[in-house]
Amino acid sequence: MSMRLPCCVRPVAGGFRGRRLRDVHRDDNIIGDCAVAHTETSDTTTRRDFLYIATGAVGAVGAAAMAWPFISQLQPDASVLALSTTEVDLSPIAEGQIVTVQWRGKPIFISHRTPAEIKSAVDTPLSDLKDPQPDSARVKTGKEQWLVVIGICTHLGCVPLGHQGQYNGWFCPCHGSVYDTSGRIRQGPAPLNLELPPYAFTTDTKIVIG
Amino acid sequence: MTIRSSLFGAVAAALLLTAGASGARAQDAHAQPRPHRMSWSFAGPFGMYDPAQLQRGFKVFKEVCAACHSANYLYFRNLAQEGGPHFTEAQAKQVASEYQITDGPNDAGDMFQRPGRLSDHWPAPFPNDNAARAANGGALPPDFSVLAKARSYHVGFPGFITDAFIQYQEHGVDYIHALLTGYEDAPAGVHLQPGLNYNVYFPGHQIAMPKPLSDGQVDYTDGSPQTVDQYSQDVAAFMMWVAEPHLDQRKRIGFQVMIFLIVLGGLLYFTKKKVWSNVAH
Amino acid sequence: MEGHSTYQPKGKVAQWFESRLPIVGLIHSSAIAYPVPKNLNYMWTFGAILSFMLVCQIVSGVVLAMHYVAYAPVSFARVEHIMRDVNYGWLIRYIHANGASMFFIAVYIHIFRGMYYGSYKAPREVLWILGVIIYLLMMATAFMGYVLPWGQMSFWGATVITNLFSAIPWVGTTIVEWLWGGYSVGDPTLNRFFSLHYLLPFMIAGVVGLHIWALHHVGQNNPDGVDIKNVAKDSVPFTPYATIKDIFAMVVFLIFFSWFIFYIPNYLGHSDNYIPANPLSTPAHIVPEWYFLPFYAILRSIPDKLGGVLAMFAAIAVLAFLPWLDTSKVRSAKYRPLFRQFFWVFAVVAVLLGYMGSQPAEGGALIISRILTAYYFIHFLVILPLLGLFERPKPVPASIADAVLAKAKGGAVVVAGAAGPETK
Ligand code: HEM
Ligand code: FES
Repeated sequence: MSMRLPCCVRPVAGGFRGRRLRDVHRDDNIIGDCAVAHTETSDTTTRRDFLYIATGAVGAVGAAAMAWPFISQLQPDASVLALSTTEVDLSPIAEGQIVTVQWRGKPIFISHRTPAEIKSAVDTPLSDLKDPQPDSARVKTGKEQWLVVIGICTHLGCVPLGHQGQYNGWFCPCHGSVYDTSGRIRQGPAPLNLELPPYAFTTDTKIVIG
Repeated sequence: MTIRSSLFGAVAAALLLTAGASGARAQDAHAQPRPHRMSWSFAGPFGMYDPAQLQRGFKVFKEVCAACHSANYLYFRNLAQEGGPHFTEAQAKQVASEYQITDGPNDAGDMFQRPGRLSDHWPAPFPNDNAARAANGGALPPDFSVLAKARSYHVGFPGFITDAFIQYQEHGVDYIHALLTGYEDAPAGVHLQPGLNYNVYFPGHQIAMPKPLSDGQVDYTDGSPQTVDQYSQDVAAFMMWVAEPHLDQRKRIGFQVMIFLIVLGGLLYFTKKKVWSNVAH
Repeated sequence: MEGHSTYQPKGKVAQWFESRLPIVGLIHSSAIAYPVPKNLNYMWTFGAILSFMLVCQIVSGVVLAMHYVAYAPVSFARVEHIMRDVNYGWLIRYIHANGASMFFIAVYIHIFRGMYYGSYKAPREVLWILGVIIYLLMMATAFMGYVLPWGQMSFWGATVITNLFSAIPWVGTTIVEWLWGGYSVGDPTLNRFFSLHYLLPFMIAGVVGLHIWALHHVGQNNPDGVDIKNVAKDSVPFTPYATIKDIFAMVVFLIFFSWFIFYIPNYLGHSDNYIPANPLSTPAHIVPEWYFLPFYAILRSIPDKLGGVLAMFAAIAVLAFLPWLDTSKVRSAKYRPLFRQFFWVFAVVAVLLGYMGSQPAEGGALIISRILTAYYFIHFLVILPLLGLFERPKPVPASIADAVLAKAKGGAVVVAGAAGPETK
């Protein structure tokens, strides 16, 4: 990408540039590169090209570096990142109830599952699943009654409705995806199970999400 | 020639007049002395905050100033961020949990109190400005968030130009330090308004804030002198950080940018010379 | 202009496209083949620097607008949010705030360059007036931008400047309330200023387009003030000659700019603007941004409300009449020994006016401001018209090539006939 000089040794298409320099050279008795250029060795060419390439490369690096702050400013800012944990008290949630809380601006479903719901989830053979995952991998051991999932359909992001659909899990009204009581995809266009947020029990009845 | 010299004479006269006029004014405006320039660790092109000093300043702020002043843009999370007092996240969480924060409403519709978290801002000592005024004899203690950048002092000609070259930006902290160490008995003949205190550096000299610091008031664990002068410097430095939390990063990037631009400028200079070498101009 | 239609696309697709929208040819003719007088000095790089600054302000401004909120109770806090929480927000805001000042530094150099070398003279009157319009739009833009952080100076600056219109007889108050959208500067004012602050830079970009169009139509002036007579002898193609020189100058300017961004970012601002706007208390000493100071000094030097406002606007408007106020046929101050002296006196007067604008308007300072204000107008209205009639200019070179040759020889200028006829 070296910048080429329009010089008399290298007449440029379009006439104007080449003509101009020849004239300058002849009429104004200017002793410049052009005189030298006729006998220019490949050595000087290399040195000159090196200068142009170096300048262009350093400039390009600078432009790229300058772009970074303008890209980075679009990322979540420090105040958004600081809000990334949510604490939830589970004690008011009755068996069979699903509540929705917010974490990072997303809906989180907390389902207090009945023994029947747990059983149907555990008994489902993996071969029936589009995104095979045992129920045990989706809950915390000893806390099987609590299912905590991100309430966003893995198809195109709508919020599914609880206790609906053929598997009594969730049904997405947008394009008809059906999830079971473990939040696993069973029917419809969604490719994956409802995602699990990172969370941990801090006491028997309290979780911290994030 | 005559026109030329008389023109220059006129310009010189105008300059002298201007300087004279502002000089005369400067004298009465400066009944209030100019704050001393302290040597701040964060002054100049390579100046950075001293985390130990910020921690001491934070202690002074927390134990003394925060009783009356808010710092609404200071979040507990900031205490553990890069380029600040370098508390660990655990320490910052600990500080946060010492404060009760009003949150809510809960499911019953009530506001409730809970321990502070990193994402909370420093709790204000008063619920609103009027409450703050009522508790402080009608005067509002200003918020600390950007106070160190909101205060300055008159430098005048030519000092304001040299400051641009020596990169002096620490007028706010100079003033804060001067103010905190500037309490005196009112000179004879000065009539103090009720509830006001005499301060050499405060504009008008009568300030509602009583002398906040005295020697030995705050315990330092790092062996720094426990004097009003040291407290004032430390809390001023802390306030500078609160007002300009990215100063360290700014100067670090600034240095890289400068080096880069000088190299690129040099390369461009030779490229330009080369390009123009066959043209008389 | 010669060289304008030499562009011949090579590929088939390029030819197909070019015959339908000759945009590559336009770029080629205006940024590559465009003939540039070969004797230009570095004062001529400020046009490129200004274009760069406009882009810089638009890019940083659009990014700021992604995080800013124009709502009086939160705007101050939002700017602090940008400074504290947004990734590199402090950098982008300092670029934008200091960029406005750099823009004005560049535009003042650009304007004074034009005044020194007579760039406003025929056939460049329209080019010059378009420049004055850009300058006016820049002032409006910067003024409204300064209101957005909603600090004390924002608020009181907006109050004082909008109140200028209250000096208009009969309808003044109505106009001011219409500008405010209320009975004082407030949230409606902030919102409309934000909207206009976003809009005006794009109007500036449009007028810059016209400015450059006019420039490329009549050609650039140059330090010797003689037109290009022979493209081959007097000019060089824009690329690479002007391009490389402009880029070099831009990088040097960036070093200067970076000094402010990274090391003294608040130097050109006022500390009072870090105090949130308070409609109940005016700061002790209110001053506009430095680039308005000369006009502010003129405003305050007239002891009459309407008179002061008129004088201030006249001080800007008079620039538009410069092509007709200067009666000399010779363009460049290089060949006008007397004008050159008066030019520098004027430059000093303008700087002093700026200094007086920053000082409290009282006592001796006020008298000096009045003398300087009077001189400002005398320069345009008396000195320039008379100088053209009485000054004996030095002989002007016949062509740029001759001027360059003379410079190379270090000798006298090649005389273009007698000097006399050049004067009116
Ligand atoms: C001719 C170009 C422009 C000039 C001269 C200009 C000037 C200014 C000035 C002087 C300020 C106040 C800076 C401060 O002290 O904080 C400002 C603020 C602002 N400008 Fe511009 N500006 C320009 C273009 C733009 C554009 C195109 C946008 C896009 C929307 C924009 C958005 C903003 C915003 C959001 C603020 C408030 C944030 C802040 O105060 O830093 N500006 N501008
Ligand atoms: S988004 Fe849920 S089915 Fe399409």
